[in-house]
Amino acid sequence: MANDYKTIVKDGLWDNNGVFSMLLGMCPAMAMTTSATNGFGMGLATAAVMAASSLLVAIFRNRITQEIRIPVFILIVAAMVTLVDLAMNAWMHELYKVLGLFIPLIVSNCLPLARLEAFAAKQPPMASFLDGLFMGVGFTIALTGIGAVREIIGNGTLFADASLLLGPAFRAIELRLLPANASVLMMILPPGGFLVTGLLVVVKRMIDLKAGKAIQMGGAHSVA
Amino acid sequence: MSAPDQSAAIANVPASKPPMGIHAVILGVFCLGFGLILAVTDRLTVDDIAARALEDRQNSLSQVIPDDLHDNNLVKDTLQMSDANGKDITVYRARKAGQVTGVAYEILGTGYAGEIKLMMGIDAAGKLLGVRVLAHKETPGLGDKIEVKKGDWILRFTGLSLGNPPAERWKVKKDGGEFDQFAGATITPRGVVRAIHGGLKFFAAHKAELLEVKTNGQ
Repeated sequence: MANDYKTIVKDGLWDNNGVFSMLLGMCPAMAMTTSATNGFGMGLATAAVMAASSLLVAIFRNRITQEIRIPVFILIVAAMVTLVDLAMNAWMHELYKVLGLFIPLIVSNCLPLARLEAFAAKQPPMASFLDGLFMGVGFTIALTGIGAVREIIGNGTLFADASLLLGPAFRAIELRLLPANASVLMMILPPGGFLVTGLLVVVKRMIDLKAGKAIQMGGAHSVA
Repeated sequence: MSAPDQSAAIANVPASKPPMGIHAVILGVFCLGFGLILAVTDRLTVDDIAARALEDRQNSLSQVIPDDLHDNNLVKDTLQMSDANGKDITVYRARKAGQVTGVAYEILGTGYAGEIKLMMGIDAAGKLLGVRVLAHKETPGLGDKIEVKKGDWILRFTGLSLGNPPAERWKVKKDGGEFDQFAGATITPRGVVRAIHGGLKFFAAHKAELLEVKTNGQ
């Protein structure tokens, strides 16, 4: 069982990474990665929603009949998103001002739904919770990575405004790496999102090839 | 990945199909359950959310109306009006010892990528106390220099009024006016300048009402 859990964690973080392997959740992966901080925050919110909804679906998996599983899954994801939205607005307002617009978009992110259908609907709660959580963490890593590259090239900074998100203690990680006039604005605009995401997918696959791993294509094997 | 047989049914339903009605019942129970959870959460957060919204408003107001200009609570002293196009405007009034010393209200400009929401403060003489951008969707790196966080362009307006500069100079330089546009972005500053000018005209048109000037002998 412990071995299974290890596979789940590794799948989520690297082998079957939601963005870089399965190419799911592209809308937030492009829209929210204009800076590393934004990507990180969006990833965290998505991870919370995924962990909670995977756990719930796994608990009720024997009660949800085949015919109505999709509406029930969407209902559960939407409810979790609304909970996160309300809680963030009330208790993490600074973060909400940055991310608020994009929280509702988690509902339309196909990654949570894909994991519910492919994993949580058939697996026990603990494994499903881990799958949701680590798929979410893998998503966070991917978004933070894309955001970091775009921010460094496009704006010359790294983790700008991180203190707004994480608290004043994190002002130290707000870096300026390039002078302001040396930045390439396009990387922050939509084309930069496509370029950086594509290049990072290439990098991941090259690392996998070097390690002698078979490349997992588009998650087609795991998403029914 | 240890994915089980894809063709297996999700639920352990008996081989004989259950009656259709059971689906409706299950779906209904889930809706009811999550509806309840959401209702409870809404109750728990509604006060905090209202408090945060009030703080936000206070923050933006304190940026366009200096503290020493008023001794009242701006957020509580409001006046509902409608502008020339019939759109509702909430006016916040600054008072000192009961006298109106300034007003602040939100105005909308049209930028490159949609509406630009601004808050402007005007003193009783019609001079701008300050303008701040509350929300916009302009291009990062080009149009977003209208934010006070990204540049001091917006501070340029402090102290100006409807007649200073004259009406034909209330434009960006490219249109023969007074105000700088940005390299690569003219539409954004043009929209902001036009909105501020419109806001000043609104003040001039409703001055008596806004300042509660008593009209004698009527």
